[in-house]
Amino acid sequence: MHDWFQEWFCKFCGALHGRAGQGAKSGSQLLAEAAFKEGKYIQSFPEYGSERRGAPTVSYTKIADKVLKSHEPIVTPDVVMVLDFGIMRSIMVAAGLPDTGILIVNTRVCSQEIKKLAQFSGTLYGVDATGISMELLGMDTPNVPMLGALVKLTSIVKMESIEEVLRAHFLAKIGEEKVQKNISMLRRGYEEVFK
Amino acid sequence: MGVRKAITGAQAAAEAMRQINPDVVVAYPITPQTPIVEEFAKYVADGVVDTEMVPVESEHSAMSAAVGAETAGARAMSATSSQGLALMWEVVAATPGLRLPIVVSLVNRALSAPINIHCDHSDVMGVTTVGWVQIFSENAQEVYENTLLAVRVAEDSRVQLPVMVNQDGFITSHAVEPVEIFDDALVEKFVGVRSLDRALLDVEHAKSVGPLVLPDHYFEFKRAQEEAMSKVFEVYREVGTELSAITGKQYPFFETYHTDDAEAVVVVLNSAAGTAKAAVDAMRAQGKRVGLLKPILFRPFPYAEIREALKDIPVIGVLDRSMDFGACAPVYSEFRNALWALGKRPAMQSYIYGLGGRDIMTTEIEAVFEELLSGKLDAEHQRYIGLRG
Repeated sequence: MHDWFQEWFCKFCGALHGRAGQGAKSGSQLLAEAAFKEGKYIQSFPEYGSERRGAPTVSYTKIADKVLKSHEPIVTPDVVMVLDFGIMRSIMVAAGLPDTGILIVNTRVCSQEIKKLAQFSGTLYGVDATGISMELLGMDTPNVPMLGALVKLTSIVKMESIEEVLRAHFLAKIGEEKVQKNISMLRRGYEEVFK
Repeated sequence: MGVRKAITGAQAAAEAMRQINPDVVVAYPITPQTPIVEEFAKYVADGVVDTEMVPVESEHSAMSAAVGAETAGARAMSATSSQGLALMWEVVAATPGLRLPIVVSLVNRALSAPINIHCDHSDVMGVTTVGWVQIFSENAQEVYENTLLAVRVAEDSRVQLPVMVNQDGFITSHAVEPVEIFDDALVEKFVGVRSLDRALLDVEHAKSVGPLVLPDHYFEFKRAQEEAMSKVFEVYREVGTELSAITGKQYPFFETYHTDDAEAVVVVLNSAAGTAKAAVDAMRAQGKRVGLLKPILFRPFPYAEIREALKDIPVIGVLDRSMDFGACAPVYSEFRNALWALGKRPAMQSYIYGLGGRDIMTTEIEAVFEELLSGKLDAEHQRYIGLRG
């Protein structure tokens, strides 16, 4: 294989779907920054529409060992995460996701109905990210438990890297106690992801 | 060696502005430029810079205030996009004639109508004739370095002209990428302070600025402005060499990528040049000899150097992210002009892509290469990439 082809080797392409305000953008960025901490090349970028809370939104994360040259959006992701399964009624979240890919949905049960809604024949994973977030933080920020689930299933980054990035980003903003709660949410997501 | 950070193109512009520490920053928010001045406002609030930040009521006022500050002798900067630049236009056009080295970060966004917040180059291509130096950036790293370079080019005594540093709206401005930020002290030394030679507030050397100039002298003013623009090439090279000492990188007028033995070359500005590099890599992996030319310095336009770089290329496709309705597209026009003087001219094809933020994919640029190699060209008509039928 030619050297220049090796340079364009995208190891991981993830899409994080949700509703504006749920933290798809910051989740995608936390993941990218954790990988960046580990010495990887990264891109993290949201797809913008008309900005309003509650509208469907998607953010992308690319992680690679070599420089990421292309600025195109991800059309064939390795992993798709869905922060609000309701958007699956209007958005084809699993479009381009191969059957060998991973679909993680914020849900209490991995029902046939969700699978049908997603039109995805590979393995569906669930994590009750809203439940975890409500229990620990008292508000619905499902992005952090979702990242824990992702790490469990892919080992794409180390848990410690995400924890460090969480702390670096949020300590000044939300204080130590809430940072700890976010880290607990991350770990709960890691432990509680199910098929 | 600098510090590597994961930041957006907008933050990269703000980081450069932090290190430049201008006397005055004037801005009015507009998507997708807003995060630049938002970030910079934090530096002001935190006392990281000692800039006088002036929030104004419109972009017309923003550029007017920047003109006032620069006339007084300050180093002033601003940032805008699309409609913001359009509203500034009257003052934007006056700035080069006033010979004020204002640096503006332009986050490229489509012009209304229909209204659209996403990337294309219709904003900048509407001001390329009024005399600003125009520099384009492929990614956040280039945004950062080009902004540092811009200040020195603008303020050089041979130039004294305003500069716009372009980056693609959202694609670059809102994407997090690794960016190497160089040492504050080294950069501070590099950017220096603006000379007060022409400061209006230097009352010992009283002068008039912006007087009425009638047919007896207006023409000569404009000829002098052209002379200053022609000096940009040597100044850009010199300043680039100085910046290289800090960054270890080169600052050419344009970048060539696998063009040496290429049978077909694509020309494209800003972030799509990165995507085109991925397309070149994929084609080269199949043994196809294709390459890319990415313009960086677009005003002044380096005709002779471009001609030299492309003289042996059989076929060239130029991709424009804006249209010049009823005429050849702006980047294509310049390349056709540049190659006109060749005895044996390459075949050329004009393409329009990405208007209003329409995605441009690696596979679409590969298809352009295939078309260029096939020889099935239409010199009389521009073609459209990714246009729905």
